[in-house]
Amino acid sequence: MSSKKTIQHSEAAARFNKDTERVNWHDETLWFVREKRDRSANQIADWELLRETASKIKNNVLSNIHDYLIEFEANAKKNGITVHWAADAKEHNEIVHSIMAKHDVKQMVKSKSMLTEECHLNDYLAEKGIEVIDSDLGEYIVQLRKEPPSHIVLPAIHLKKEDVSETFHEHLGTEKGNIDPQYLTESARLSLRNTFLTRKVALTGVNFAIAETGEIVVCTNEGNADMGAHLADVHIACMGFEKLIPQRKHLGVFLRLLARSATGQPITTFSSHFKKPREGKEIHIVIVDNGRSTQLGREDFRNSLKCIRCGACMNTCPVYRRSGGHSYHNAVAGPIGSILAPNLDMSKNADLPFASTLCGSCTNVCPVKIDIHDQLYKWRQVLVKEGHTPTSKTVAMKTMATVLANPTIFNIAGKSGRFVMKNLPGLVNNKMNKWYDQREMPAVPQESFREWYKKNSREAKAKDNE
Amino acid sequence: MSSKADILKKIKQNQPALITDLPDLSVLGSEEFDVLETYKTVLKNIGGDPVEVGNYAEIIQYIKANYNLDKRLITTIPELSEIATLDWTNDDPHSLQDVELNVIKAHFGVAENSALWVTDDLLGQRVSPFIAQYLAIIVYKKDIIPTMHQAYEKIGNQEYGFGTFIAGPSKTADIEQSLVLGAHGARGLIVFLLD
Repeated sequence: MSSKKTIQHSEAAARFNKDTERVNWHDETLWFVREKRDRSANQIADWELLRETASKIKNNVLSNIHDYLIEFEANAKKNGITVHWAADAKEHNEIVHSIMAKHDVKQMVKSKSMLTEECHLNDYLAEKGIEVIDSDLGEYIVQLRKEPPSHIVLPAIHLKKEDVSETFHEHLGTEKGNIDPQYLTESARLSLRNTFLTRKVALTGVNFAIAETGEIVVCTNEGNADMGAHLADVHIACMGFEKLIPQRKHLGVFLRLLARSATGQPITTFSSHFKKPREGKEIHIVIVDNGRSTQLGREDFRNSLKCIRCGACMNTCPVYRRSGGHSYHNAVAGPIGSILAPNLDMSKNADLPFASTLCGSCTNVCPVKIDIHDQLYKWRQVLVKEGHTPTSKTVAMKTMATVLANPTIFNIAGKSGRFVMKNLPGLVNNKMNKWYDQREMPAVPQESFREWYKKNSREAKAKDNE
Repeated sequence: MSSKADILKKIKQNQPALITDLPDLSVLGSEEFDVLETYKTVLKNIGGDPVEVGNYAEIIQYIKANYNLDKRLITTIPELSEIATLDWTNDDPHSLQDVELNVIKAHFGVAENSALWVTDDLLGQRVSPFIAQYLAIIVYKKDIIPTMHQAYEKIGNQEYGFGTFIAGPSKTADIEQSLVLGAHGARGLIVFLLD
């Protein structure tokens, strides 16, 4: 835990849990989204076959991604698209800025791109004097509040309408105290419409990139990616290289799974296929590595690159639902974020694979069948081995191993434990003891099971009867 | 371009040694259901309005009855020139900001999710279905297909610069999960199902 700035997941979760009413709302709302996903999935007889097919397509992609990337670039170029390659976040940000600089543009409208969150593009561009406006409503709200998104699909899910009302009152001059979502959305629509109409550069993410045709697909419900891209002179689309799929027809599989897994919708409102720029306009695609090629080489963890960013694993996760996205201190939160983040920075993100009960629900809902909970478990082992877990935990585990392995020590430990709990409860019932946090210690038994067994086992009784 | 070479080299080194096979897609999309009825039900569920019509005259009648003709109505369909203008397709796309209703055609519709496939030759301008306050899309009933698998079979190697599936009006639930229609794109979507 080297980084001083990062607040550990457990600590951040404890803070999030102080507002019980809000945590309960957060928990129930996300579970409601999970239930919508179930209803939607259950209507498709072939759902499991679809998941299996999607998983196989992604496995094929991972095993042949080198050639697919070359094929994609060649086809995109044929379509008149400019393709850039970025080894890391820094290079990605520099490329985006260089495109802005070439056109001498100081303002950008952006639709949702978790990659640009990962690369901290907004901060970088702000330093260069470029104004970025996020146009997805949820992202717009959190941007005005100077917060990161707390969920990859529902960026403002940690907020209540009262919060949004206050933020909009401050920044957009909406009526104080008007919390009607219709009214608030309309206000944002009017403000952002003006943004769309005046920006020369639009940046979007990429949901799928097709090697066979060199086109990219961007999915939104709001239409914000399209409003930005079709009104701007320059469209920049940023993608991690794992977004590739081999052929156009594979979209049939992924578009059936994506929105149903994410929100329970049968498909997003818009699934836009960008193949060629408009006449006289430009499309730039930035293909980013930023640690992905390293993850590809980790046999136990490479499957995390199959992710299509639907967020189903977050909505179902009992830990995510009750700790909130911000507690994960990573662009992608929840179970999938917890297996992606240690690859980016093991030391900073060593707490995340422990933010799980390993219940496996994430794995069960994942549309591309990533073994998320297995990977969480495997990351724990890697992190302990490489010395990234806190000393208190390591010492406690080692002590426990010694105690459990030796009957004499186990016996003594049990006895002294019961003695202390009975006669010196203050030694146990205090803040130092993590087991005492948020729970009462149990009443002390008169004797241990071992002692009871010595008296009551058949042999003991037989002896008594002699 | 050195980053490209580095990235590709690292990927080649690290990707699994064996290339796994692509799965067979032909086994998918064979679900059987009433295609037109499903289309209408799904569309209603996601906030769109299906309207069955026999011909263009009925479409004109419907639009006259439901929209303010004093506002700006545009279309790419010559048969609708009586109620909407056709001469905007080469204008600056920003000039479409005051459009009240845009009426376009779709290549086909997909029953399982009510999505309609449109490409730039049908759109007049790429931004037209997004920037208009309201959108109406015409599709022949015979061109409604069951699932996305048939959709991509139909698209095949179709050449386009831009294409999109449109399913219902633009929407958001980003404020406390309350559904609001008309986020940035059209506030309402009428689908004229033509005999």
